[in-house]
Amino acid sequence: MTRLRPDLQIIADNIAPGSRVLDIGCGDGALMAALRDEKGCDARGLEIDPANVASAVAKGLSVVQGDADTDLAAYPDASFDYAVLSQTLQTTHRPDIMLDQLLRIGRQAFVSFPNFAHWRIRMSLLFAGRMPVTRLIPQSWYDTPNIHHVTIDDFRALVQDGKFSQEGQWFLSGDKQMTRGMANLLAEHAVFLLRG
Amino acid sequence: MRPVSQPHYHLTLGISPLSSLLMSEDERFGLDRSVRLLGPLPLDSGASLAPVEYAYETYGELNAERSNAILVCHALTGDQYVASTHPLTGKPGWWERMVGPGKPVDTDRHFVICANVLGSCLGSSGPATVNPATEQPWAMDFPVITIADMVRAQAMLLDHLGIERLHAVIGGSMGGMQAVSWAALYPERVASAVIIASAARHSAQNIAFHEVGRQAIMADPRWRGGAYYADDDPPSSGLAVARMAAHITYLSEAGLTEKFGRRLQDRPDGKKGAKTFGFDADFQVESYLRHQGISFVDRFDANSYLYITRAMDYFDLAEAHGGVLANAFKGSKTRFCLISFDTDWLYPTSESRAIVHALNAAGAEVSFMELSSPFGHDSFLLENPEMNRIVDGFLKAGEGR
Repeated sequence: MTRLRPDLQIIADNIAPGSRVLDIGCGDGALMAALRDEKGCDARGLEIDPANVASAVAKGLSVVQGDADTDLAAYPDASFDYAVLSQTLQTTHRPDIMLDQLLRIGRQAFVSFPNFAHWRIRMSLLFAGRMPVTRLIPQSWYDTPNIHHVTIDDFRALVQDGKFSQEGQWFLSGDKQMTRGMANLLAEHAVFLLRG
Repeated sequence: MRPVSQPHYHLTLGISPLSSLLMSEDERFGLDRSVRLLGPLPLDSGASLAPVEYAYETYGELNAERSNAILVCHALTGDQYVASTHPLTGKPGWWERMVGPGKPVDTDRHFVICANVLGSCLGSSGPATVNPATEQPWAMDFPVITIADMVRAQAMLLDHLGIERLHAVIGGSMGGMQAVSWAALYPERVASAVIIASAARHSAQNIAFHEVGRQAIMADPRWRGGAYYADDDPPSSGLAVARMAAHITYLSEAGLTEKFGRRLQDRPDGKKGAKTFGFDADFQVESYLRHQGISFVDRFDANSYLYITRAMDYFDLAEAHGGVLANAFKGSKTRFCLISFDTDWLYPTSESRAIVHALNAAGAEVSFMELSSPFGHDSFLLENPEMNRIVDGFLKAGEGR
């Protein structure tokens, strides 16, 4: 069993056994496979990259090739216990609508994203005056799929605007969990659990 | 013609040495089987068909639990020779890339059934077989059939073979229409369904191309209202034109350009690549299409072409479910795998996606992928390692359940 990416491990640890899970932007299905094999979950995936879909299906996972911005409409209301959106929110056309969709389809939603207000990014922008390129945001501004950079405080505001309730929050720095103090400055990565 | 009061079924004992080696004593199993099922088979048109004749092949061994059976459904002009030599053309089975020892549909692991579809002309009931009432070929008296009729007839055949539940049903093109219909009509009999380069209904464009083909056949003076069997003088020109038109729809513009471009044929006088300023097949693509047309008439019946294209045109899986495709899959426990090809404009990705969306809406377990291939609709019959990898993984995952 290969180790899960730290944000996925947090999500996997906090999903109830036997749940129905929709993993949006599921990549090669690593989280789905872990949920299926270790928690007896019924996991389904949506993924845009064909090579990832092929790998996931070849593992016996149920993954549909599609675009989260357009293909979520076909899923019925409350058809999953959890909708998972990991490292994908900042790539969607309308993150606010995406959040609505997640909590329409899932009773709860996990959302993880890289924090654009991390101090290293702030320093880079402040002193270099260039768009930051970091470990979690590795592409240059012109070819990044991250079209809607978001900070932890931005996300909290969006959750409040959407009148969703926040049921859990986890923060990562250097792949290690950290306390929530000054997370918007110190966390590289955030995971939120929301309820509609 | 055997009267209908004969025993439940009738077997042809043309057992080849290979099949008798592989299979047990059971004469229902092996290559080149045929059977006459008493029926009657009630049809969507309101008519019924009896008896129902079937020509089919089986490969591999049915396990003791009878749980490893895979039904392969063939396309419009396909046949039961999915993984064995075609008796008329001498060509290898039409899907040996997918079906055989060590292939995704693995005859070492699975018991594979492929039957000539109802309405076709390779031994199963169709316009060219004999109408027991007249002891003459049915011709246009054969009842008009639907995709659902084909599937119900296959269910009768599986009853005869003693197979209650399929490990999987798999098909491309019209075979995919049968596979998806199997899952909708007999959800409890299908564990997994693989639907490749297919659709849940025929579009206006699909119907339009088929109508061109049918009109080409019926415009051939030798068609004679379909009654051409007695003097063995079929409407070959019409059928060849129908095939030529259809064949274009199986390819892609890029594929045709790559294969032929505007290149000219070598002339009989040895001149290379010169125009004749006449109407012979100057262009290589013309010559290719003519060859496709001419070789097709040797292996296919014109009336069967009319009946099967009609069945496909009538196909609209949502129709019987209030126009809502998702209702066709309500509560389905079947696992689905759909594959489309990016250059297939006959059954484009959007048609597969419509099925996927309906399956999502019904909460069914579904995988879907659009594969890249330059060869248009025909891609599903050609070498495609990615397609094999997906089908293999999908079928294997279903075996642990």
